[in-house]
Amino acid sequence: MIAGLIRLVTGAQARWVGCAPELTQRIYFANHSSNLDGPTIWASLPDQVRARTRPIAAQDYWDKGLVRRWLAHAVFHAVLISREKITAANNPLVAMQAALAEGASLIIFPEGTRTVDEDAGMNPFKPGLWHLAKRHPQIELVPVHLENLNRILPKGDFLLVPLLAAVTFGTPLQLAEGEDKPAFLERARCAVAALAQDET
Amino acid sequence: MIDRGIATVGAGILGILLVASIIGAVLKRSAESDRARATVMNLNARVRAWWVMCALVFSAIICGTITTTVLFAALSFLALREFITLAPTRRADHHTLFWCFFIILPLQYVLVGVRWYGMMAIFIPVWAYLFVAIRSTLSGDHRQYLERTAKIQWGLMITVYCLSCLPALLMLHIPGCAHPADLLLFLLVVVQLSDVFQYVWGKLLGRHRIAPHLSPNKTWEGFAGGILTATGIGAALWWMTPFTPLHAAGMALVITVMGFFGGIVMSAIKRDAGVKDFGATIAGHGGILDRIDSLCFSAPVFFHLVRFYYT
Repeated sequence: MIAGLIRLVTGAQARWVGCAPELTQRIYFANHSSNLDGPTIWASLPDQVRARTRPIAAQDYWDKGLVRRWLAHAVFHAVLISREKITAANNPLVAMQAALAEGASLIIFPEGTRTVDEDAGMNPFKPGLWHLAKRHPQIELVPVHLENLNRILPKGDFLLVPLLAAVTFGTPLQLAEGEDKPAFLERARCAVAALAQDET
Repeated sequence: MIDRGIATVGAGILGILLVASIIGAVLKRSAESDRARATVMNLNARVRAWWVMCALVFSAIICGTITTTVLFAALSFLALREFITLAPTRRADHHTLFWCFFIILPLQYVLVGVRWYGMMAIFIPVWAYLFVAIRSTLSGDHRQYLERTAKIQWGLMITVYCLSCLPALLMLHIPGCAHPADLLLFLLVVVQLSDVFQYVWGKLLGRHRIAPHLSPNKTWEGFAGGILTATGIGAALWWMTPFTPLHAAGMALVITVMGFFGGIVMSAIKRDAGVKDFGATIAGHGGILDRIDSLCFSAPVFFHLVRFYYT
């Protein structure tokens, strides 16, 4: 029901351009511009796929307040990670790997934080995606492009403007033999950006 | 309330939809090539959507003025949503847009509901127009300012002001016309049938394109056939309006021609934005705005003509 509500508010239409919605274990990675990003991708998946897909979300935001905590834990089954300085105790990769080991698919935002400047492109990707790709070569890495969510609920605002969002799913990537970290992260970033051009 | 106009037109539309559904079912069996099958599928999706749209509009009109006003307010909301999604607004317009959706739009329909003609007629062209311009400057971003503001103002005019003229017909006191809902029905039926007949005549006889760069499916044959057929239907419906048969034909001609230009203008906007449809809400038709583009242009003209000459 919550998923239906999110789809209603964001008018999100899922476009499966590069792959079909399947139950295979996947990591969906997307551009990040709004607090609605994770919930929107999650809501635009078909029921069965959604049931086993968990968004990665920032602990400092989603663990505050009763409603957010309830949404994050009981509804989205989010994997909450710390955004503070990484130590051995709060390394986000550990939590993500644990979720993957349970067979869950993940939704991650490799930019780390939401883009603020509407004229700039995406921020560079953080290395987490590369580590996951390296350790789990069997998992499909699906680029996802989100459109208009920064116009529906921009960073630093609490008023929703009900425009129509679009969620585009691209062709799964794989880490190439001998591909180094910066090259792979840049290729992944371009895969997301290329979906933006596909939309018109 | 069901009067003679609603009953007769309702029965007529029921008949047309039944015939269209039967033809669709027959064509589906006889279609052989893939292309023919795709056309028939699209046709059947359109007919099914017509069933839903007609059911919605008729039940709203039968339920009364308030339900009808609320239905059109909801249509305005969805249409504005489609329009603004395509407009290049910026972060600085966020609060302006919030005002458009949640304050200006509902207020316009409240003004229609309380029958305050003097305010309803100028609220968006004057008050909202100036407010939008002012509110967007407050955020301090001047980039593409005129373009952004103009598009928001256009969105409000087309999807809120123009559409609100449909339920506004219900507030008119016309001597000799006991049921203003019949006027609303007259407008809806004539304009939408004009669209349908332009499509049908265009598919049957269409050769010469009117505006190949804006709207490749519009042909002179479709235009003439559709407008004439719908004008004839409008003249035949004179008994449910305060018009004489000749005036009814004249009114029908004006609103169908306006409706035609509405379609062309909205096509130009879509081409400019690089899309084919405003959305995908109604199967086979596209978005809400793709279906009501002709009404947006004919409704205000019809409303103001009727108010000027008949009240």
